[in-house]
Amino acid sequence: MKQTSHTFLDNAHTALQDRDKAARRDFMALFTPLIRNAAMDDFGHFEELRQHVKEVRQHTLDNLDHYLTRFEREALHNGNHVHFATDADQLNSIVLDICQQHSARRIAKGKSMVTEETGLNDYLKRAGLRVMETDLGEYIIQQAGETPSHIVGPALHKSAAEIRELFLAKHDLGERELAETSDMVGEARKVLREHFLKAEVGVIGANALIAENGYSMLVTNEGNGDLCANLPNVLIVCTTIDRVVPRARDATAMLRLLVRSATGQPQTCYTSFYSGPRREQDSDGPLETHFVLLDNRRTEILASDYREMLQCIRCGACLNHCPIYAATGGHAYGWVYPGPMGSILTPLLTSLEQSNALPNACTSCGRCAEVCPADIPLPDLLRDLRHDENRQKLSSSRWRLGMRLHAWLARHPGLYHACTGIGIAALHLLGQRKGSFTQLPMASGWTSERDFPAPQGKTFMHQYAALQRADKAREDKSAAVAKPPRRRARPGSGKASGERQEPGLRADWPLKPDPRRPGKTRPGTAGGKGTGKGKPGAHPGGPRGKKPRSRQSDDR
Amino acid sequence: MTSTPTDQSSPPPALKVALFITCLADLFRPSVAFASIKLLEQAGCEVTIPLKQTCCGQPAYNTGDFESSAPLARQLIQQFEYADYVVVPSGSCAGMICHHYPRLLAGEWRERALQLAAKTFELTTFLNDIARIRRGDRPAVALPTVTYHDSCAGLRELGVKAQPRALLKELCDREVSELQQSEVCCGFGGTFCAKMPEISGKMVGDKLANAVATKARILAGGDLGCLLNIAGRAKRSGEDIEVRHIAELLVGDLDSPAIGQGK
Repeated sequence: MKQTSHTFLDNAHTALQDRDKAARRDFMALFTPLIRNAAMDDFGHFEELRQHVKEVRQHTLDNLDHYLTRFEREALHNGNHVHFATDADQLNSIVLDICQQHSARRIAKGKSMVTEETGLNDYLKRAGLRVMETDLGEYIIQQAGETPSHIVGPALHKSAAEIRELFLAKHDLGERELAETSDMVGEARKVLREHFLKAEVGVIGANALIAENGYSMLVTNEGNGDLCANLPNVLIVCTTIDRVVPRARDATAMLRLLVRSATGQPQTCYTSFYSGPRREQDSDGPLETHFVLLDNRRTEILASDYREMLQCIRCGACLNHCPIYAATGGHAYGWVYPGPMGSILTPLLTSLEQSNALPNACTSCGRCAEVCPADIPLPDLLRDLRHDENRQKLSSSRWRLGMRLHAWLARHPGLYHACTGIGIAALHLLGQRKGSFTQLPMASGWTSERDFPAPQGKTFMHQYAALQRADKAREDKSAAVAKPPRRRARPGSGKASGERQEPGLRADWPLKPDPRRPGKTRPGTAGGKGTGKGKPGAHPGGPRGKKPRSRQSDDR
Repeated sequence: MTSTPTDQSSPPPALKVALFITCLADLFRPSVAFASIKLLEQAGCEVTIPLKQTCCGQPAYNTGDFESSAPLARQLIQQFEYADYVVVPSGSCAGMICHHYPRLLAGEWRERALQLAAKTFELTTFLNDIARIRRGDRPAVALPTVTYHDSCAGLRELGVKAQPRALLKELCDREVSELQQSEVCCGFGGTFCAKMPEISGKMVGDKLANAVATKARILAGGDLGCLLNIAGRAKRSGEDIEVRHIAELLVGDLDSPAIGQGK
């Protein structure tokens, strides 16, 4: 699949222009959280179970070699063939080899994001095979020549009217109306049945691999997975190495959260466990079965700081709850996996260079992490990717410089307050009548969509220092008659209750150079370089007037 | 004045609070800081303000420049760790201190970050849950209808949800007219709003439409970033709704123009 993640902003722009589709996404963004929340409320043990699922996932990942080996042994014992593929090409060629060994021409395929990742359909098609997607959503987008916009509902972006047009154009079935949704579903079923019966090979994915018995688990709502698995003579299960769990009960524990998180159902219509080829006493089932387990950089992720991403159980809840996914839709992300999980996986599975816009498509609102059934800290991982982006200098140099400059200035409080004091006073004067700016230099990103509110007045620090000075003058005057000073929040006075003193306080502002020590810098002050050696309370700073320090020292 | 522990009429000892103004309140909305001081003093706290405070380092942190952010985190820790409590009129800045400093720093600094995190509170949480501010004999602050935007960091990192509503009820006798999707992000997201303006614009447009639909006169919130974003959008699209920080409402400061409004 051609990756277009690097043009995320353009893709998003295009998506936002299509009002009908945007309205559909808005509806889904309202509807899918509602059904998920209702299902979880009904269930009642979300937090406990997700902690359990997370522990199971983490334990499995910590011992992945053990559980993969166990799975392989059990699966072989059940009569399966087990293949390991390091990358997409290898998976594709393993599948093609199996098809060619059986002189297969037609493949019935269940929904599998892993084979989207490897581009299996195109690969087999180029080798002259006919691949038919059998999940209704996947079938629709295959007919339309599109890619999934959602990992659970691949055709969620298409309206019923579009699907009607598509079926009328693609199915050579004469005059008909397809007035109702059920008519369309019926037609797809009829077309697909033919294909199920003719296919020589079935290809499906897996939601879990169970190490203790060598089974794979698959959930569907249409039963197409079972038809792919049982009607053709050969079954190939394509999935990734991180799908393995230790025990059957771990798979079913995961299932309780997976389905509720994905579709708001307590259970999917079909939950299937595949053990291996037909045995002598079985009346049906495939004659030969294969597992193809893909790595494709998962072991790299396992060894990296992004290991938690492998806890993902592919429920799609983070997509459904992400306001940015709701705004742009899945195609804008430009590769297989969209939304928050996709914004992490895409850079890790392809390259950050091609997809560095994606980790920035996040406001750190945390809604994804709140609902994630594997408790993955998605906003933190996205921020860590932005850290990588920053270190690799992939982000815009203007932003990088701006951030460094701002941070540098903020590390020099005296200079910071002087600069912001002047800048804010000027902005206030310019903007006070209207209260906001419609345009500002270097703020076009902000002002393209909203006005820029003008500062209310001088900075707080400026106003506060003036009040302090007035207070002090009043105190001095009234000292003779011993009036209590007017009560006002004091500048940090160093009257600390603990052993650590608040460092570097002074009330006189703006800071003035110390006449006694012109140009001298003061060691070990607040805002130190963080060696951890400087004892924060040790320097001679303190209440106002005691020992003014040089501006230079503060600007260091 | 003398008082002994057995003196039943003596007030409880004042909570010693250091106020972190936050850079946005310092620069754009000093009234938030003044209102915060007033509220804390009403609640019987002794407030100090470290004068060298600047920024918590969140902008650099969220853009991925951890190296620029860490020195600011250490600076803030040094400036505030003397206090018994640190109070912040912003959920995202308080969340930065409570949740992200320990992530950002290592070794001794991480320990110090954790200690600071344990005594750092978002303003409405502190007023409602720790200082337990009560109206007492004061008259209720008169307010027009109010709707509330739950800023994401405060809501999800710190659990700020009931506190501002409880305070509006206690001090102003005002129930919030809830807006639809109040827990969905307004599209601010720090630098996100400038990096991805079109998506951000869509999000803030939705937020504003939901706020306007409540017919409330005022949209309040606890985070100036979000409020500047929503107020700027309201101004641009000519929506007649005032945007104000919760602290201003709680002290009845409605005289100064709302955010983004002229004199």
